[in-house]
Amino acid sequence: MATLIRNRQIVAEPSPPELVVLQPADDPAALAARIAGRGTPIRAIAVNFPKLGDGRGYSIARLLRERYGYRGELRAVGEVARDQLHAMAQCGFDTFELRAGEDPQEALAAFGEIGEAYQASAAQPVPLFRRRAGK
Amino acid sequence: MYLYDDIDQRLVEERVAQFRDQTRRFLEGKLSEDDFRQLRLRNGLYVQRYAPMLRIAIPYGLLSSRQLRKLADIARRYDRGYGHFSTRQNLQLNWPKLEDVPEILAELATVQMHAIQTSGNCVRNITTDHFAGVAKDEIVDSFVWCELIRQWSTFHPEFNYLPRKFKIAVNGALADRAATFVHDIGLHAVRNSAGEVGFRVIVGGGLGRTPVIGHVIREFLPWRHLLTYLDAILRVYNRYGRRDNIHKARIKILVKERGVDKFRDEVEAEWAHLEDGPATVTAQELRRIEARFTRPQYEKLADVSYADAMAPFAAWLKRNVHPHQRPGYAAVTVSLKKTGVPPGDVTSAQMERIAELADHYAFGELRVTHEQNLVFADVRQAELPGLWQELRKLGLATPNVGLLTNIISCPGGDFCALANAKSIPVAEAIQRRFDDLDYLHDIGELDLNISGCINACGHHHVGHIGILGVDKNGEEWYQVTIGGAQQGRIGRIIGPSFARADVPDVIERLVDTYLELRDSEAERFVDVVHRTGIEPFRTSVYGNLDQKPADRRRALAA
Repeated sequence: MATLIRNRQIVAEPSPPELVVLQPADDPAALAARIAGRGTPIRAIAVNFPKLGDGRGYSIARLLRERYGYRGELRAVGEVARDQLHAMAQCGFDTFELRAGEDPQEALAAFGEIGEAYQASAAQPVPLFRRRAGK
Repeated sequence: MYLYDDIDQRLVEERVAQFRDQTRRFLEGKLSEDDFRQLRLRNGLYVQRYAPMLRIAIPYGLLSSRQLRKLADIARRYDRGYGHFSTRQNLQLNWPKLEDVPEILAELATVQMHAIQTSGNCVRNITTDHFAGVAKDEIVDSFVWCELIRQWSTFHPEFNYLPRKFKIAVNGALADRAATFVHDIGLHAVRNSAGEVGFRVIVGGGLGRTPVIGHVIREFLPWRHLLTYLDAILRVYNRYGRRDNIHKARIKILVKERGVDKFRDEVEAEWAHLEDGPATVTAQELRRIEARFTRPQYEKLADVSYADAMAPFAAWLKRNVHPHQRPGYAAVTVSLKKTGVPPGDVTSAQMERIAELADHYAFGELRVTHEQNLVFADVRQAELPGLWQELRKLGLATPNVGLLTNIISCPGGDFCALANAKSIPVAEAIQRRFDDLDYLHDIGELDLNISGCINACGHHHVGHIGILGVDKNGEEWYQVTIGGAQQGRIGRIIGPSFARADVPDVIERLVDTYLELRDSEAERFVDVVHRTGIEPFRTSVYGNLDQKPADRRRALAA
């Protein structure tokens, strides 16, 4: 059983057997055809963060969501800490397998700490300046 | 000044609350040293040799008198009553207490300031020409573009954990006063034949251990594509930049290993997906940012002639007063390079007086330069004598801008944990050697830069004379380069390094050699080096070393 945060709720469930795991050096383009419905369907993708400071997974997530149109579960695994959750969510992760020692209840607070973002991202495809213009 | 709107303000306040909580968790032992390190770095907090060091962001070097007063107040209450302006146009406090930092950040937020991303492997403070908005050779007001990029880079969710730090410089004028060729990305505003504004995009320059001149990967990028193109460059770097070796992690290494053409192709391929996407800059956003900048209400004035000014005022006019777009106005450098004062250091009392002068003479605004001086950009020419008198009283009118004693220096081994050697005492010894102002003016333009270690915070590679502190078996030695230039030339090492006590002699010999070799006063030190090469200089410095046994031993040891 793993404790997860999914869509900002704490859930406990066994690891799904059909999880596709990407390492930081992997190219998400390799999954493009399957995401587009050709080949074996993908149920869930996990992106591994071997170190907290390794930021490649953020780019992988955005590419999966924004370029390849992946809509399924996107899970962050590895060094997934409370203070990284917000940026991960912005980049398109919806599920977080917290590293050992993190308190999931406390971690939930991380999502609300910074309420706005200047940039376009997977979670907010329209950058702030275009939304400001409407005000 | 760019004035925050509600959203900008809320973001810095939320950041303060977030960091307050992170600091609390660290102090309670709930956050490891390592994890907290990543977080504090992104809020400008280093743990240094003697105490933490807090680097406060001064976006693109622009500061209001109100903000300067707040900095003075913070330096007095939380530090030892002074701050240090760095070559990145930021302000560093060298003695704050870690547990006070959230409170300091909260104070900063009250005047629309912060320390966001002033360290860590993320996009750092954007730097630019300190004459932005007033330079005669202006193409665009680079402040507007810097603010656009500041917002784009602030808390960028994808690019907060890059392989290494990332520095962007923007230049909006014909002359490059932002050193765009020695940044991770340099952006140089240009107009095409149709008169449209765009940017020459330069990538992969940098100083540090491996000094590299950047490569132009696009001659003309139409302005509306600026942010999507930056996204493309950063994404390629984030995905493929080396993470196995900290010394090979900057983008310059990626560009070098890939080759410029391949790197450009990758960026262009990435950008093909982003081009014309939602992050495409709008004219409306540029107008919005422009409108939020306070600008002086210029009067219609005529130029004032000081042709018959006497020394020392004349010397100050010549060195520290600069041309302005508007008739009757001038830009003034407030020199922080008085002999005996560490370059870039200012006391709280001085900051408060400078703030008053800014209010009285310069529309309440000032700029921090990468040469570690301050600039009043909009001074009425008629008020120059009065301002000069006031600055003189404060010891801030040293007429040495562009001259040898206007030394650019990192804090060095007196403060910094990374340094191999001290830099401030070396700067002072050189300033003392060249304290004759007439002689100094005769030598003419000469940039002298000192770095206490290979990280090159003093930008020694691009000094006309560069001095680098090196460690040899636990001793401090100094390596000398000549012929560097901010406009994108890396200096060459003249030979084995020197003991600290010998550095002023070496500089004097270099200067003497120059004076002998120059065609005329119009030929600067750096021009002579480029014309003759380093040989005559090398010979004059090392030529007679074997006459003194002690020097010979020194040379061999090095």
